[in-house]
Amino acid sequence: MSQFYQNQRAMRTQRQAALQRGIIGILDIGTWKIGCFVLRFDGVAGNALGDGIGPMAGQSRFRVAGVATTRSRGVKFGEIDRMEETERAVRTAVQAAQKMAGVRVDHVIACFSGANPRSYGLTGSVELHESGVSERDIARVLASCEVPEYGPDRQVVHALPVNFALDHRSGLSDPRGQIGNRLSVDMHMLTVDTHAVENLLHCIKRCDLELAGIASSAYASGVSSLVEDEQELGAACIEFGGGTTGLSIFIRKHMIYTDAVRMGGAHITSDISKGLQIPMALAERIKTRFGGVEATGMDDREMIEIGLETGDWEHDRREVSRADLIGVMRPRVEEILEEVRARLDAAGFEYLPSQRIVLTGGGSQIPGLDGLAARILGRQVRMGRPLRIQGLPQAATGPDFSSAVGLCLHAAHPQDECWDFEVEAERYAGRSLKRAVRWFRENW
Amino acid sequence: MQPLKAERRDPAPSRTAYRIQRLWLTPLFRLLLRVGLPVLVVLGPMFWYVTDEARVDDLRVRIGDLRNSIEQRPEFMVNLMRIENASDEVAEDIREVTAIDFPVSSFDLDLTEMRLRIEELDAVARAELVVRSGGVLEVTVRERIPAIVWRARDALELLDGDGHRVSALDSRARRADLPLIAGEGADRAVPEALELFAAAGPVAGRLRGLLRIGERRWDLVLDRDQRIMLPEIEPVAALERLLALDAMSELLRRDVAAVDLRDARRPILRLGPQAIEFLNAVVRPGDGDDT
Repeated sequence: MSQFYQNQRAMRTQRQAALQRGIIGILDIGTWKIGCFVLRFDGVAGNALGDGIGPMAGQSRFRVAGVATTRSRGVKFGEIDRMEETERAVRTAVQAAQKMAGVRVDHVIACFSGANPRSYGLTGSVELHESGVSERDIARVLASCEVPEYGPDRQVVHALPVNFALDHRSGLSDPRGQIGNRLSVDMHMLTVDTHAVENLLHCIKRCDLELAGIASSAYASGVSSLVEDEQELGAACIEFGGGTTGLSIFIRKHMIYTDAVRMGGAHITSDISKGLQIPMALAERIKTRFGGVEATGMDDREMIEIGLETGDWEHDRREVSRADLIGVMRPRVEEILEEVRARLDAAGFEYLPSQRIVLTGGGSQIPGLDGLAARILGRQVRMGRPLRIQGLPQAATGPDFSSAVGLCLHAAHPQDECWDFEVEAERYAGRSLKRAVRWFRENW
Repeated sequence: MQPLKAERRDPAPSRTAYRIQRLWLTPLFRLLLRVGLPVLVVLGPMFWYVTDEARVDDLRVRIGDLRNSIEQRPEFMVNLMRIENASDEVAEDIREVTAIDFPVSSFDLDLTEMRLRIEELDAVARAELVVRSGGVLEVTVRERIPAIVWRARDALELLDGDGHRVSALDSRARRADLPLIAGEGADRAVPEALELFAAAGPVAGRLRGLLRIGERRWDLVLDRDQRIMLPEIEPVAALERLLALDAMSELLRRDVAAVDLRDARRPILRLGPQAIEFLNAVVRPGDGDDT
């Protein structure tokens, strides 16, 4: 337990150090595109905005200074496959974003969708020595969680307390100061393959950047595209990415489950490419221009010209109807959704009080997807777009930027304050020194 | 076989380009380049030039030449000195003191220093020096006007109203129009002496001069070696009182050797020998015979 405690804390301090400097980069490494945002934090205190305006989960504190996207290279299933190529793509994105922002980025927070995320629920409980719950008790209960054996080549990315219970009262978000005898915690822990993280780390190092944190892109899209009551009451965010489809379940503003289906928009494109015997680039263009999942009578008559340059006239001058295209795409989309449903069922999503499903990610722009998803997932489905944040250009407000926007929100308002607790409790000497320094500052 | 299309360039920046861009976005580096580099470009060659002695000397010589050539232009040359408001002797003295060999460049003339030197002359109260166009150095002089003759210990000297020396005088007769003072330190009390002379108008015909006694007070000397010993404080008032007394009683015409006015309460007379005799005969007729 203590080792990942240290990890989480190290990541948190690193991110806070980056925030101190005011400039932080957001790197969304996807299978199809790599997006880079440059955030500028200008330190407006959250509560200083005026009457009735809250801190807005930290959104008011930063603005997006630079945005760049580039086609991703060397990434497969959301994992780095060819380091050199990915490094180039990252360089392209970072350089363009830096140029737009006019500042140099040193710290980046990255998210990726692959690497087999797996969720674990942990519980821990301690007896309280005193009647009230102190910060030290929270640190103790966090440290008391039993960590399952998640394998030698796996690594913890998120570990957050979801729920605190005091004696028989459950559902506490902050038990500090409350009276009870026994404090227990439910924690959600997410592990990913170590090699993917290490590759990412190496790749970012090679771009002269420093990694100030990593997140799962399913988590990031959930943060940005679920509205507040959905996050509170329970909802699943399904992110249709290029190589993987991530899903994250939120309740009480905390993520409780994450998984990823290793299929995505790239597979649909490759199906089209195989089915229509056209190159991938053309298949991608046809998919984005004419794609859909619900065939109607009109679609039988709508013919799509396939302009090829192979030299075989008959082959090049073919025309396919839109219904044919839909016929190729739909089985794959159905397969993905079936798989997602299986994951949701495995996670016990139907026992949540509210079962809203939000579709986001670049792949969710397929027309008619919400109808198909409603049929397969059987629940209330809506299309999700990321929250609007300050300074974001119009071109980057689509659902394909939901994980990047979510990562911005995560950087501005991370939910891992709980990892500070033990620091305060353990190093009392350091704290008194800090107090002495503060006294000096205030009095001189 | 050649590919039909030119190979597409990799859109990604090379590592070097990427690093250069990041370097360029570093604030310190930008500052260094924006400020440091121009400063280096300006100061570097200067420093390189200055480090070599020969080059600096050469530069110095060339600057000197240039300066000379400008200074020696006819527009800046001064050819003659014109002295205004001065008598011939003083003008002669001024020429001697300034000692300029014309023509000279106006850059080489130190007018302030020359003015001070001219004003050091006793006969000159103030001098103004202006270089006029046409190469004329104009010296406007205000001479000291002799107001008094001072018989010093070994010579006669002319003093102006402030007691400043104007010139020596070979004989009193040459300036018989001026009053005479004598005695040690008399020159330091010339204004007072002039006031006294003004006040002594009624006895001007008999006045021989003022004698400074002990560097603190005056004796007014009349003919017949008659002395009026004036007090240290307010001598003019004392003199006026005496003159009033004289107008009434013709005191000074009598045989009085000295009138001592130093005691403000009463004048004290010292009688002449005849007067004493007369007094003895008149006041105490028997006394003389008895003794």
